[in-house]
Amino acid sequence: MSDQRGMVQRRGLGHWFTHLGLIIGVLFIFFPIWLAFVASTVTQPEIVRPPMPLLPGGHFIENYSKALFSGVNAPVASMMLNSLIMALGITIGKIVISLTSAFAIVYFRFPGRTVFFWLIFLTLMLPVEVRIVPTYEVIANFGMLNSYSGLIFPLIASATATFLFRQFFLTVPDELTEAARVDGASPMQFFWHILLPMSRTNIAALFVILFIYGWNQYLWPLLITTDPSMNTIVMGIKQMFPSGDDLADWPVIMATSILAMVPPVIVVISMQKLFIRGLVDSEK
Amino acid sequence: MEKRVIFKGWMLPALLLLPQIVITAIFFFYPAGQAIWQSMFVPDPFGLKTQFVGLGNFEYLLGDPYYRASFVTTAIFSGLVTVVSMGVALYLAILADRLIKGSGTYRTLLIWPYAVAPAVAGVLWMFMFNTRVGVVAWYLGLLGYDWNHVLDEAEAMGLVVVASSWGRISYNFLFFLAGLQAIPRSVIEAAAIDGAKFWTRFRTIVWPLLSPTTFFLLVVNVVYAFFETFGVIHTITAGGPQQATTILVYKVYSDGFVGQDLGSSAAQSVILLLLVGILTVIQFKFIERRVHY
Amino acid sequence: MATLTLDNVRKSFGATDVIHGVNIDVADGEFIVIVGPSGCGKSTLLRMVAGLEGITSGEIRIGDKRVNEAEPMERNIAMVFQNYALYPHMSVFDNMAYGLKIAKTPKDEIAARVAVAAKLLQLEPYLDRKPRELSGGQRQRVAMGRAIVRKPAVFLFDEPLSNLDAKLRVQMRLEIKQLQRELGVTSLYVTHDQVEAMTLADRMIVMNAGKADQIGKPLEVYENPQTEFVAGFIGSPATNFMPAGSVGVNVGKTVGIRPEHIQLTDSPTRLQARVAYCEALGAETLVHLRLPHGQLITVRQGGHLPLPSEGTDLWLGWHDAAMMVFGEDGKRI
Repeated sequence: MSDQRGMVQRRGLGHWFTHLGLIIGVLFIFFPIWLAFVASTVTQPEIVRPPMPLLPGGHFIENYSKALFSGVNAPVASMMLNSLIMALGITIGKIVISLTSAFAIVYFRFPGRTVFFWLIFLTLMLPVEVRIVPTYEVIANFGMLNSYSGLIFPLIASATATFLFRQFFLTVPDELTEAARVDGASPMQFFWHILLPMSRTNIAALFVILFIYGWNQYLWPLLITTDPSMNTIVMGIKQMFPSGDDLADWPVIMATSILAMVPPVIVVISMQKLFIRGLVDSEK
Repeated sequence: MEKRVIFKGWMLPALLLLPQIVITAIFFFYPAGQAIWQSMFVPDPFGLKTQFVGLGNFEYLLGDPYYRASFVTTAIFSGLVTVVSMGVALYLAILADRLIKGSGTYRTLLIWPYAVAPAVAGVLWMFMFNTRVGVVAWYLGLLGYDWNHVLDEAEAMGLVVVASSWGRISYNFLFFLAGLQAIPRSVIEAAAIDGAKFWTRFRTIVWPLLSPTTFFLLVVNVVYAFFETFGVIHTITAGGPQQATTILVYKVYSDGFVGQDLGSSAAQSVILLLLVGILTVIQFKFIERRVHY
Repeated sequence: MATLTLDNVRKSFGATDVIHGVNIDVADGEFIVIVGPSGCGKSTLLRMVAGLEGITSGEIRIGDKRVNEAEPMERNIAMVFQNYALYPHMSVFDNMAYGLKIAKTPKDEIAARVAVAAKLLQLEPYLDRKPRELSGGQRQRVAMGRAIVRKPAVFLFDEPLSNLDAKLRVQMRLEIKQLQRELGVTSLYVTHDQVEAMTLADRMIVMNAGKADQIGKPLEVYENPQTEFVAGFIGSPATNFMPAGSVGVNVGKTVGIRPEHIQLTDSPTRLQARVAYCEALGAETLVHLRLPHGQLITVRQGGHLPLPSEGTDLWLGWHDAAMMVFGEDGKRI
């Protein structure tokens, strides 16, 4: 496809300006991350005496092992584990309940179906940030503060994924369902053998999006994890800054920031094709 | 849209829907209902009893200069974030679309800030502009500019806008590039044969054809700026200085959890709920249009 | 293998009737084609037999067993869909085996049955491929294979050839006919293409607006259409219809004459007409003539005859036996 777009191309000088513009854009995007990486490989005195160096230093292992195994309030390794559990819990939980309810909405007629469908629309796009106080009370009443279920359930409670799967199921040809019925498949057999395998790419794309969504949660863990051992990494970074005028331990904080980026970045880069398809094609 | 082919029965679908219904009821509808309920009460000074005030909380809020200021702050903030992140993204997407080869490489290079949490982005930018150790702040000082977003309201706003827009550029870039590549080459080539120069082609052909993408991104980015930027604000400015960066979501948090004013916080939640509702309706109309064409 | 009986079968959606009481007796091993224009209800009728649509009243029996309420798979039928409806994520083997797996058929028997079907349909080299890696004709064969392995009592075909190009359609038509002969399975085949209907059917059913206008052997239907609709629908180019009075017939409303039954002469016979244009197709020529009041008449004559030049006036002649007379209600008199 990109081979055919030749005709309306500017050649020569304009071509290089195009690259130049893009490279400037890439540098702008990269610079903050580069600086964080450099800061995570040098010593504290090198940072607090501005300007800090712009090339990596030799304290990579030292800073990262300090962050991972002792951290400031809690070892970052355990915060990463918490983040992983939360992200996977949200991702898998949401995909599972969305798949089954989208299946029910699309492939059955039952009383209250329309009502249910409109309730879904109500939950679309309404983020947890809007209802934090009462949701916090619900979690507190259930004794779910400082627990994984407290971290996970409120973030599953929205129907965006249900809506996406509904959209996809509507594009599955009716004749496939009929063929399955003629083949004698029960509704659940149709779901397992045909609908699920056909949704593979959508599920994978949604997995990427939801994993990043879950991993990057900030406000909610900030509210309900008062115990440092339950902190997630994204919210834990802020907790590493000392209150008052004390000097922050920048190399360790920056190492933690890099560590907080690595898992979602790996997921995005390694599943780039699926993710882009998921975003551009299926989302909204 | 409806399926022509369906299965019979209601037990199975009820069972399939149950998990979602239970979770949504407990963690979504109940809290949302609570927010509406609480918004009509004020606690007495000792926090022992609450008193029904009807729409009093709303009246108070709308008369509260701080809340009104927060509205204005939110409008400025989300407007700037949307324009900056979409503008830069569109510019980069147009450049990448012009390339015969390599647009995929640039896409890979530009895509991954999407994965960086807003709170982490906040820490990165705060580090660069930190008044004590920030490299950028230091070089600005060398140029004779005294950067201090801790004290200067405009600088604080500028910093949270840039930090919020930064990660968003990837997302918008992906959509703009996909939108641009979906425009049939033949249409643009026809315009070129008609003698239209690049800018004319862009204005008269590309931009109108791109408008569904642009409109979609507009809504999505406003929603993003409203809610998901909490992490950026909290890490960089904590709403300051003098509430200059206190957007509505931040105020719900600071009044509800820091200030413990539950009635006011709940009323603010309800107002946000209405705002999101409006945005959702706009979004929904858009979705349906896309689905049906 | 079994007989299939439709006894006064009706279907309505709310107040609108789509099938107005259809009666058919299909003998064991017979190939029945239902033909009609789009919207006549032929696909609905087939889907009612399959169990994919409900029956409002009447009865459907397969092998003397009432199946009105039975699920599709309990009816012992197999269906070939218009778009093939192959499961896109399964290999050719799995597509054919799926129904047997659901029925918990032993693995070795599944393998054996699929092997037989694959050999029959020349699909052996493709068993591991996915549907998207196959050509249109091959997909069609897989859809057939899926029906065959189940050894059903009745085959149902829903316009199975309409997605193929013209050449392939002719080839697959022959294959389907041959296969059905070999297997001897009772078949019900729906199409809007009268050539398919004529060539495939043991007996055909011409449907019009939810009613079976005529049931019979293809040639019988062609030579002796029972309604004006059948006379117009079966046969290409279509039958010429003229008001009865204009050709000297005193009964009925309309007279139909097939294009090949009209002879063109210079000397006066029945009607005079002016040649509008000719289509020389090689083996035959279609001559279109205009009657004095403007109606177009098509005549089919051998390709060896000289082409009349446009604008000449000629006479149309035919035997009395060629006239098909229809009454006010469209029925043959």
